[in-house]
Order: sequence, then C-alpha cells, then structure tokens
Amino acid sequence: MTTATVSRWYRFRESFFWYSFKRDKVAIVSFAVLLLMVLAAVFAPLLAPADPYDLAQINIMNSELPPVGMSGADPAFPLGTDAQGRDLLSTILYGTRVSLMIGFGAVVLQAFLGILFGLLAGYLGGKVDAVLMRIADVQLSFSTLMVAIIVGAVFKASFGNLMFGEIAIYMLIFIIGVAEWPQIARTVRASVLAEKKKEYVDAAKVMGFGTRRIMFRHILPNTLSPIFVIATVQIANAIISEAALSFLGLGMPETQPSLGSLIKSGFDYIQGGSWWITLIPGLVLVVLVLVINLLGDWLRDVMNPRLYKG
Amino acid sequence: MLAFLVQRISQAFLVMFVISVIAFAIQDGLGDPLQEMVGMSVSEEEREAIREELGLNDPMVVQYLRFAGNALQGDLGNSYFYSKPTLEVIAEHLPATLELVIGASLIIVFLSVPIGVYAAIRPQAWLSKFFMGVSTVGISIPVFLTAIVLIQLFSIGVTVNWFPSDTGWGQWLNDFFSTEGGLPSYGRGDELTHLFATWESGFFTGTGLMHLILPSVSLASIMLPLFIRLIRAEMMEVLQSDYVRYARAKGLSAGRINFLHALKNTMLPVITVGGVQIGIMVAYTILTETVFQWPGVGLMFLEAITRSDIPLIVAYLMVVGLIFVVTNTLVDLIYGLVNPTVKLTGKKA
Amino acid sequence: MALLEVKDLDVRFAVRGGDLTALRGISFSLDKGERLGLVGESGAGKSVAAFSILNLIAKPGYIAGGQILFEGRDLAAMSERELRRIRGNRIAMIFQDPMMTLNPVLTIGTQMVEALLAHRKISKKEARAIALDRLQKVQIPSPEKRLDQYPHELSGGMRQRVIIAIALLLDPEIIIADEPTTALDVTIQAEIMDLLLNLCEQENVALMLITHDLGVVSQVTQRMLVMYSGRIIEQGPTREIINDAQHPYTQGLINALPQMGEPGERLFQIPGSMPSLKNVPSGCPFHPRCNFATEQCKQAMPEYVRSGNVNVACYEVANLIEQEKRMQEAES
Repeated sequence: MTTATVSRWYRFRESFFWYSFKRDKVAIVSFAVLLLMVLAAVFAPLLAPADPYDLAQINIMNSELPPVGMSGADPAFPLGTDAQGRDLLSTILYGTRVSLMIGFGAVVLQAFLGILFGLLAGYLGGKVDAVLMRIADVQLSFSTLMVAIIVGAVFKASFGNLMFGEIAIYMLIFIIGVAEWPQIARTVRASVLAEKKKEYVDAAKVMGFGTRRIMFRHILPNTLSPIFVIATVQIANAIISEAALSFLGLGMPETQPSLGSLIKSGFDYIQGGSWWITLIPGLVLVVLVLVINLLGDWLRDVMNPRLYKG
Repeated sequence: MLAFLVQRISQAFLVMFVISVIAFAIQDGLGDPLQEMVGMSVSEEEREAIREELGLNDPMVVQYLRFAGNALQGDLGNSYFYSKPTLEVIAEHLPATLELVIGASLIIVFLSVPIGVYAAIRPQAWLSKFFMGVSTVGISIPVFLTAIVLIQLFSIGVTVNWFPSDTGWGQWLNDFFSTEGGLPSYGRGDELTHLFATWESGFFTGTGLMHLILPSVSLASIMLPLFIRLIRAEMMEVLQSDYVRYARAKGLSAGRINFLHALKNTMLPVITVGGVQIGIMVAYTILTETVFQWPGVGLMFLEAITRSDIPLIVAYLMVVGLIFVVTNTLVDLIYGLVNPTVKLTGKKA
Repeated sequence: MALLEVKDLDVRFAVRGGDLTALRGISFSLDKGERLGLVGESGAGKSVAAFSILNLIAKPGYIAGGQILFEGRDLAAMSERELRRIRGNRIAMIFQDPMMTLNPVLTIGTQMVEALLAHRKISKKEARAIALDRLQKVQIPSPEKRLDQYPHELSGGMRQRVIIAIALLLDPEIIIADEPTTALDVTIQAEIMDLLLNLCEQENVALMLITHDLGVVSQVTQRMLVMYSGRIIEQGPTREIINDAQHPYTQGLINALPQMGEPGERLFQIPGSMPSLKNVPSGCPFHPRCNFATEQCKQAMPEYVRSGNVNVACYEVANLIEQEKRMQEAES
C-alpha cells in the first residue's frame, strides 16, 4: 500500500461521511444486506447448487416442490423448485445477478445521458435548454414506466420474440436508461445553474478556457454529490422498472430469468397453491430495492445536496 | 386569464403533436396494412398497385397529414384482432380502467390526507413513525407484487399452523394469522350496470364493488406512500411559516390552524403533483390490470402488444397521450383557480 | 400592580448536544397604557422575548424558567387552552413582515372574522361589522372592498394597516409589535408608526415596541430595555438612558446614531459583532467588544446596579457609583 492510499483511507476514516455512517444503524444494516446480495449475485455461479441455464440439470419431475419446512419438500432444493423443476435458490441467485446488472447498467446509461443533457441545458441555456427540458417534462409527465413500456413494446414488435429474448439485457438497459434520464438531467441542470453564477466559472472564462473544458473540468465535479444521491435511488427505480417490464412479458425471457420474470412465471401457479415460486423472488426483490432506497435516504441526509424539487 | 388559457392550451397542442408524430412513426415503421388486407399469394405488382392506391408511396409528410386528419375525425384505423375501429375497442375498455383509477384515487385521497397531516402535526408520535416506515417500505414494493400478495392473502387465503393447534391459545393465534380469502381477484364480475354508451359500471352492485376492492387497493398502494410523504413534507414546511404562528398569536384553535390555515396552503402544491400522479396511474393500470385480468385499456394494450395489433397500440398511445395532456392542463387551470396568488397570467404573483 | 410583569425569564433552545440559552434572567414590567421599547442588535433575543410572552417561541425553543405575570396570572405556567383565551384577545401581536404574516389563501375578511369568533360569542355578521370598523380606524381606503380581497392584492403598507386593525379587533390591553415597520418602504414607515402610536394612545393600549432603531424608541417610548446576547443590560426611563446612557454598549449604540454626530463626520461604530448563541463569552457577554473590560468582566455576569432610575448590569458603572458614594462619604 502506498502512502497516498494510506492517507486517503485515513482521510475517509476521519470524514463526516464515515462518522455519520457509523452512527446510523439503518444505514449500516442496509449496506451490509446490499453488500451480501451483491456478493451473492456476483458469485452466483460458485454459490448456486445448480445452473438454471443448463437444461440438462433440470428434471421436470421435480417441478413445484415446496421449500424446506413444508411437507413434500426435498432437502436438495432449500427454497423449493419452480414449475419447470429448476432449483429456486439457484434461479434467484442468477436472477438477482440479472436484475442488478440491468439496474446498474441502466443507471450508468441514464447518468451519461442525464449529465450530458443536463450540462448542455444548464450551461448553454436558451433554446437548447428550453427544448431539452420540455422533452424531460413531457417524458416525466408520462411517467418513466409508461415510456419504458412503450419503447419496450415497439422493440419487441420490431425485433420479434426470439431475437428480443437474446439481447434482452442490453435492450432493457437501453429502454430504462432512455426512459429515466430526465431525473438526473434536471438535477444536473439545477446544480449547473447554481454553479454557473459562482466566481470560479467567470474566472475560468476570463482565463480563456473553452466551453467544454469549463463544463467538464470545472462545473461537473461540483455537481457530483446530487448526482450520486439521485443515482442511488435510480438504481432501485431501474430494478423495479425492469421487474415491471419483465412481469409484463417485455423483459427477460424465462430461460434467463430476472427477479421480475421469476415473479411472473410463478404467478401462473399461485392459484394452485405454489406461492413460493412467486413470493420468494418477490421478497428478494423488495429487500434489494428497500435497502438501496434506505441507503439513498441516508445519503441524501448526509450529503444534503440541492436536489431538484417538484 | 385569457393569456394563461391560450398559453396552456397551445402547450397541450404542441405535446399532442409530438405524440401523434411518434405514434405515426410507430405505425409507419411497424405496421404493414397490406399483410392484414391481402394474403401471401398476391403478386408483387398487385401489392404495388394497392400500395399506390392506399397512398403508402406518398411522401412522409403527406402520409402524416392524412394520419393526423383522420385522427382528428376520430378515425385511428381498424384493430387487426377485433376487426373494428380501434377507438370503438378502446371505448369499450376505457370505463373499466377509469373505474379502477377512480377507486384507487378515492383510497389515496381518503388515506393520504389524514395520515400525512397527522404525521406532520405529531412527527414524534410512534404512529407517525410507523406510517412513515410503512411508506418507505411501500415505495420499495412494485405494484404487481403488492397485487400478488393481496391475492394470496385475501383471495386464496392463508392457513397458518405455526402454533400448536391442540392448545386453545395456539389455535387462536393460528386463526389470528390465517386469512379467509375469498375476495374476487379476476375480472369485474358479471353483474355490471349499464350506464350510457359503452359504460358498464361495477359501482352499483355488490359483486361489482367486491371485484373492485383488490385491484384498486393494489393500484392505490403505489401512489399512497408518495402522497403521504409529500403531504407530510409540505405540511411541516407550512407549519413553520409566519402566518401559522400569527394564527396562533390570534388565539385560534389548533383545529382551525391545522385544518384551515395550514392544510389549505399544503394542498395547493399537492394538487399540482397529485393531478400529474393520477395521470401517471394510468401507466400502472397496465400492471394492475394484468395481474387481476381486469378488462380495461391496460390489459387490452398488453394483449395488443403480444398480438402485434399495431393500429390498436397506436390508438392506445394517442388516447392515453390525450388523457395525460388533458389532466395536466386541467390541473394547471384548477390550480390557477384555487390559488388566489396565481393571477392566471402564467406566473406567480 | 403592573399589567405585565416578567420575572427572571429563561428561554432555551433544545438542540443536539445540549441546550442553547437564548434568554437569561429577563425581568421587566409594563403598566397599563405604557409604551415600552425593547432595543438591541439582531440576534440579541428581542424577538424571542416578544414571542415568549405568549409562549409562541418556535420549536425547539422553550421557556426554561421564570414567570410571566399578566394581571397576576403566570402565562408561562398556563395550559395551551388558557393561553389561547389571552392570545389575540388580551394581548395582541404585530409581526415584522406583513406579507408573511397574513395567510395568502384566505381573504382579509376571513382572517379578521375568525379572530373575533375565536373569542366572542357573536354572529359572523356582527364580526364583519367590527372588522369593518377597525379597518376604518386604520384609515384603509375603501375598507368594505378590502374584506373580500386576498393579502397579495394589497400593498405592503395596507397589509400592515390590516395587521394593526386585527391587533385592535378585540380591544386588547397590550400590543406587542415586533419591528412593525422594518419590512416596509422607508417612505411609509413613519406613517404606519404614527398610526400605531395614535391608536394605542386613543384606546389606552400598552405597547411593547421591539426595534433595532434607537431613534424611534427615543421618540415614542416612555421606558426602554437594552438587550445584548439574551440579557437585559440596561433598563429605565427612555429619556434618562438616551441623555445619559450608563452601559458602554448603550453608549455605543447612541453614539452610532446619525443625528449625534456632526455632518461630514464618520459615524461611530462598536467594534466587532454580537456573539452567536453557540459561543457566548463567559461573564459579561459584551466584554470582548468593551473598551472598559477588566479581568472581572470575564469571570461572572455583573449584578444590576441602580443609577438614578436606571438599572444597569456593568462592573464599570458599579465601580463608578461606588467611588462616588465613597467620595460623598469622605466629604460629609
């Protein structure tokens, strides 16, 4: 370890950020749970007892087995099996992985779009600002879910079911990213407008720096903390959006399920009494989204950035 | 007043124009009217002739103008699946969705206002903390999952045998945690009242109302936490204001201060956000209707997607777009009327 | 017996990491029909003192000790319900900013009538008649029309007239006015102040005037209190204090008045600024800014000493009085 990293670690340990984290039990528990779920998802291929993508391992005779603790359970399948006979625990581990990948991917995309458009709108102002923010307004008033469903429907209709299934992960990242960029763009724009008035921007202009350099080197770093807060909450939103799209059949196919498509496939069997196929992945989804939201709340309290209100 | 009206309405037209362009682009890019009209056996020359006749070879702008002109006359083409005008199909399905939205809105209004106000007046009370905690959890539960849990609990029912059932208290606890089930969770029931035109209402029969319970509770569950948080935050801000303190200095009762002075000022921003949110609920009806097989436009839209019924998809977009634009414009106008400080010039005084 | 007597009032703010003391040992009295001035820089605790009388301090502030005797009854110990009967009815308040004070979404009429109905068993019609009478008293043009208007439809001066009218609605014994003209245009400040004073005199209402404007206090009040950092450092008859201020802080305030200097001369300034509640200096809170400060001043808050009719909390003044006394004794 170099001295630079040591001092950075030291500075972090002494920071208000770490101090308030240590004092907040909800934040600690949320972070621990999230870390656990992320690790479990990342190492799913190592942890999972079975590979749900491998058709050879699936035996249809094992279908709809209940979780351990109920009569008729098989200890080989601790959380039971789904209608195709896949081990539910393994499927959930892989599903969490897919959901998290789409969540992170979509937020990276919307952060890229949001920062770009937000910076442009805030810094250039005038017509660019008016047009971009009008689009953002309309998109938001339609709700991001509606936009995602429509874009998803169009894609599905133009690519066809099979093709869509193969590239579903990238499609979903694209759809959710495009549907939800206005949130971040508005926040960035608001901070840019606030930063633009400050002296250092004038100083940079006087010194002859170009527009692009001023935007990315000078203004952007100062808008990072609100982006960070929004992005955290947006991961939760993206995961919910993905689940909703998958539930509607516009998302991940059943052969490569996310948490949302697991819930959907299980829903068909709930009337028959096999509640676990839908409710256990549902519980995992809720816990995942809840801890991210709680961390987002905590971050907002600690960083207390100027968030776009309204 | 006139300037405000003109401004809002021209904005609404602009948005509708953009929506119609998008809808047209979808129809043009995905829909192939020929496939629907003629079979595979028709020769390429004949196809070309029909294309020419339908005007499919005209410039894009001409085609769009024809599309928009027809739309203005209430003609958005025929549904492939239903083989009748798409607007007719939507008109048949719309009342079910509207009743669902009305049911959910009633639940939201009657629960969020008292809970939000209570949590703002007594932020330290355990009940307030409980409500706020439940709202945080509520925001994290997707609407379709709420729906599924509700079905499991109140439609299918849950029998609990966690406690020894041979003792009296064990049996009592088992019964306590078990749920009866039996609430309908599929469709609208078969006793609907015909109101007018295509409006079949479930509001006037017992079974109609019973069928409405679970879907509207699920739909409400997604917005309720948002509204509770919003009302609480606004109310707390208002309670800090000088005019509330002045109202206390006048010796007014706590009830009058909280429910007239503070609440009226709280509800103004809530109306704007609330109106928009109720428009957004239409999007969530797609999920709710899918879970409960509720025969509204949401389910119809989803089925149109799986059937690649392009004209119906496009018509749905146009109609939902219109609903959004009209609610947003109405909300703006109502806000202008309710809030005396807005002089209806489009700017705050 | 005085109409209002405040004894040893302590007000604190409950914040994370302990309480902050906003007011300490505040004692003063107000007689029927008297005009009392309360002066000090912003942050001295004037407004807190004004609001604490009717127990209207914003959270997390609370009354930590002392008594507020109004006609012999302790307002600090009263229940909210009993206090409500006094608020607006026996003791009325006028706030600083009339734009923020009136509720933006209720008409002037509603806000006047509700105050009457909260205390009197009368009909709405009678209440409206009284409201109209008070609006006429404050000389608002076309008063009938104002009743149905919203606050934003009135000018700042008119709004403050409405506030004065509301204060007079129930014929109170005391009006507490917290910087009633600060938020107004300079051109109409004097007009509104005159109106308030005339009406108080006419109706024989005692006025407690909170202001940072020593000039106004010197012209209109009979007695005055000077506050610094949550304490009263000097109080007595206004004329006596203005002519011969004892406390170094009061002297500084008076020397800083424009009319005290010659034209073209630089105005006097008290060096430094008032400490914030979070770090009030030990002993006399003024000592870091005081030219006469000694080691003693840093140790403990000085007791009040009497000089003429004035009470002063200052070691320097106490020493001077002591010296004078000794010299007199030596002479006799």
